[in-house]
Amino acid sequence: MEFSEHIKTANVEDVVLRRPFYQPTKGTLCVTGHHLIFSNRGGDSARPFLLLLRNIDAIEKRPSVSSGTITLKCKDLCVLQLDIPGMEECLNIASSIESLSSLETVSEMYPFFYRPPFLSLQDQWGLSSTEQHYAQMKEIHDGWRVSQVNRDYSVSPSYPPAVIVPHSIDDETLVKAARFRQGGRFPVLCYYHRETGTVIMRSSQPLSGANRKRCREDELLLQAVIDGSELGYIIDTRSSQQAQQARMTGGGFESKSCYRGWKRLHRQLEKGKVLQESLIKLVEACGDQSHSIAMLMMTVWFLCSISCYHVISVVMDGHSVLVHGSEGTDTSLLVSSLAQLILDPDSRTLAGFLGLLEREWVQAGHPFQQRCAHSAYSHVRLRHEAPVFVLLLDCVWQLARQFPLAMGFSEPLLLRLAKEVYASDYGTFLCNSDQERCVTGVKERTHCLFQSLLRANERQHYSNPLYERTELAIWPSIQPPSLQLWKGLFLQWTDDALHLVEAQKVIQNLVSQCHRPLNEKVENTDG
Amino acid sequence: MEHILTPKVEEVQLLDRYTAKKPAIGTLYLTATHLIFVETSCNTRKETWIIHHHIATVEKLPLTGTGYPLNISCKNFHVVHFVIPSERYCQDVYHSLLRLSQPAKLEDLFAFLYNPKQDEDDRRNGWGFIDSAMDFKRMGLPNEFWELTDLNKNYELCSTYHSELGIPKTARKDTVLGSAKFRSRGRLPTLSYYHKESNGAICRCSQPLSGISARCLEDEEMLQAISRANPNSTFMYVVDTRPKLNAMANRAAGKGYENADNYSNIRFQFVGIENIHVMRNSLQKLLEVCAMKSPTMSDYLTGLENSGWLRHIKAVMDAGVFLAKAVADEKASVLVHCSDGWDRTAQVCSLASILLDNFYRTIKGLMVLIEKEWISMGHKFTQRCGHVDGDPKEVSPVFTQFLECVWNLMEQYPCGFEYNEKYLLEIHNHVYSCQFGNFIGNCQREREEMRLKEKTFSVWPFLWENRQQYINPLYKCSLGREVLRPSTLPLNFKFWCGMYNHFDKGMQPKQSILDHLLTIIQKRVEGEKKMTDFQRKLAVMDGVLADECTLKSRPPEQTLMPPVSVAHTSKNMQIKEETIIQLAPTAGSKQI
Repeated sequence: MEFSEHIKTANVEDVVLRRPFYQPTKGTLCVTGHHLIFSNRGGDSARPFLLLLRNIDAIEKRPSVSSGTITLKCKDLCVLQLDIPGMEECLNIASSIESLSSLETVSEMYPFFYRPPFLSLQDQWGLSSTEQHYAQMKEIHDGWRVSQVNRDYSVSPSYPPAVIVPHSIDDETLVKAARFRQGGRFPVLCYYHRETGTVIMRSSQPLSGANRKRCREDELLLQAVIDGSELGYIIDTRSSQQAQQARMTGGGFESKSCYRGWKRLHRQLEKGKVLQESLIKLVEACGDQSHSIAMLMMTVWFLCSISCYHVISVVMDGHSVLVHGSEGTDTSLLVSSLAQLILDPDSRTLAGFLGLLEREWVQAGHPFQQRCAHSAYSHVRLRHEAPVFVLLLDCVWQLARQFPLAMGFSEPLLLRLAKEVYASDYGTFLCNSDQERCVTGVKERTHCLFQSLLRANERQHYSNPLYERTELAIWPSIQPPSLQLWKGLFLQWTDDALHLVEAQKVIQNLVSQCHRPLNEKVENTDG
Repeated sequence: MEHILTPKVEEVQLLDRYTAKKPAIGTLYLTATHLIFVETSCNTRKETWIIHHHIATVEKLPLTGTGYPLNISCKNFHVVHFVIPSERYCQDVYHSLLRLSQPAKLEDLFAFLYNPKQDEDDRRNGWGFIDSAMDFKRMGLPNEFWELTDLNKNYELCSTYHSELGIPKTARKDTVLGSAKFRSRGRLPTLSYYHKESNGAICRCSQPLSGISARCLEDEEMLQAISRANPNSTFMYVVDTRPKLNAMANRAAGKGYENADNYSNIRFQFVGIENIHVMRNSLQKLLEVCAMKSPTMSDYLTGLENSGWLRHIKAVMDAGVFLAKAVADEKASVLVHCSDGWDRTAQVCSLASILLDNFYRTIKGLMVLIEKEWISMGHKFTQRCGHVDGDPKEVSPVFTQFLECVWNLMEQYPCGFEYNEKYLLEIHNHVYSCQFGNFIGNCQREREEMRLKEKTFSVWPFLWENRQQYINPLYKCSLGREVLRPSTLPLNFKFWCGMYNHFDKGMQPKQSILDHLLTIIQKRVEGEKKMTDFQRKLAVMDGVLADECTLKSRPPEQTLMPPVSVAHTSKNMQIKEETIIQLAPTAGSKQI
């Protein structure tokens, strides 16, 4: 295996591992193609400590004459330290970790080697397909259809093969409309609101350019969504200035005169570099012992998360909505999935939420590989990194904090996803689009995280014990005091988080005790 | 009452503080004890009750298009904006509220009127419900090191202390008397908490009258005696909770702090909690932030930061943690003081007690703690809460800060406390409501002079009666006597939305985990009871069980909440209803 080229020293004895919640332990460190394995010779803890190399965000080494210290800062925000005897060993281990953790060939990544006994590669990859999703929504069959126009990914490389579009729009029109949208991402349906018959759609920016080009087919497509009497909103997640500037590089926005019945609103959401830097700042601030909570929350991160909700409060008041920014692969997905969580009780169940993530993020072509190449500790120059998905999870956590009974899933699920999106045994978050996943064989040769999370014993852990389904929309308060620091994520390696985890366990026990059949106890006392 | 000029005003508007919603229209009533707003614009009869003593400020604003605005802010952080149609009525209500909210005499406070239809026995028993002296027994006093003395039985030694004081056994009478003379207002070193496990003690006093160079042998002996009472440590800490600068300034006035050269084996330490004036101003700034109309995130956060409030809460907590660690980890005794030893000292000693002793993390334990460290040791509730018309410079949210520290601990230890947030809020409400006698008066002697125990009722039995509401279902008594070691990093101190925005329902989480758990537990308990009843009936029918009497002798089945699950049998169910009505203002608004 080519991994061995990177491994200069495979084993080191008498290494001391320091990590949160544990006393420093001495043991053997072993570097493999995908993992750091640390086993304690004492044998009292039988299971070795396993760290996915992909999880390592930054590595700092301090070699001295006879030994060295390596600090590993992980993408899940954990910080570990290894004291390694022998300077050469230390340098070798460090360089192995450096090169192995930054391998970029998808098919060499661990998900392609991970074969748990409880999953089979024969199973369908993923929870559902566009066709299955469509089949379940009987109420939209009159007005909407599944189009296979992108079956070979030629119309939009980042779209899935099938999308839902208005019934009256044929594939030919779609092809033409796609040419008018960046990356071919023409407007498609993401959510149909049964009570009002309004919809949420998403796309990328129109390529109107400096000459204010028009596209008849694109206009038709949007007109087909609303009949003349209704008003629809186009939410542009850029400021109007940014949208104007985009025209200079061939992008643009829908001009009012061309799209009758649609009103455009600009609601800027941060993305890309700004977002990545805000995460870096926040994580840094969380580690800084002098920062007060107010200083911490002044980081851009919180502005980002509160502005998401500001956007959504505009989104839905009984009107259809098209949301896009520029590429339509980041903030558009953020807005459309948060809006669905607020409106749709089905998306708030455990399976429903995972289904939502699969549809709106994995299938819809959020470029996970680019966005999550590095996290908050990395020193490498930023390229396409942006924690949009983590921001989504934070927003969902804020929502769940205000509605602790409304979500079928629990905080541990959000934390697990926040970890898996950066480094995973599963193939779900590999690649940047459906097409790439097909080409690299992700769907044949890796397992799907979502399926694994829905197995009976996992399901229990990730379900919210307090869940009580409500059919109502859950509108969160967006007053500044309502927003809080997500301690479970940003402070998860401190003792503080331990108490919160303990509380969750107690809640779980309490609820299951209360829901135990009444006669059970009596039988026990009789016996 | 003579202060009520206009008992009823119609067509009054109640403005919504945050949303642009249409104001509610209704009738404003002034009673002897409450201000009541009854909404007439909606079909449900919505009422807002505000007890007069909760009103901190009343403000008339210039005429607007719709009438004469009257803004009321309460001591429990309820803020209401009325618009009154006529100037004369507005004027009348304004003047009445000024007089009613802060009467001139203590005897005019609500507690002296309040009569929950209990008889004298109930009243007496109620006052005996919490006995702070009993707490010394619980700690194991008297023992070979500590004893209780009645040297202060006529309040001659110290007029603001309780009559029964814990002192080291080896301290001679003249040592005690001499030490009292050397301490500001005679507040000599006395026992606050004794930690059985380590023999470490927390003692409290006021600043010494040391000035630039004065010393007092008896006081030095007194500290030695305290130090000797702990065989586990060769030294003791003396903690001055003030900033060093403040303490030094006091030396010029003949007061000051201990000179470590004169006292053997003490380790002297400043912890830097600001004085009551700084705290009052800080709270004022915090409330201005709360009052901002839909602030931006950065305005809000800048305001919060600049108020300094959370820094002050942290300072108090830091000091409490310092004390607890000294006692538990270093097995050392600690003597704490500030200037007079009734504000910062009370905060710090009571907080350390909570950290050290699980008992104070129970519903009853907190009552005992407040009774012991605050009421009987002379925290000046009358002045600090501004119960009656007096010097506004004496008002300060010292007790509120203590509760906020406890709340912060509860946030860090969700399973560590038997009580929940509602309990703290309810206590806070009653500190200011003056409905019960407990928080009236500045010290024990004043309370005796006012004969409060004969004229008013105690709040503790009332809270105990309703304790089901105050239970934290996550409480694990198994934590036992574990000492809490909270993190005091600044980022752990959060804004207490439940206190300062309690009446802004839009800002609270829309669903409450606590309420949900309490409900399902209640249902479970009821279900189990029904089930057992049913099975008994079956057993009797089958002839397995003979009669009811044998059943009663059976040990009660274990239920989900061992300490308080059995409904408290009360012969005064009427009182409960009565008090609920009286207490309506604490619920903000209620529907009938």
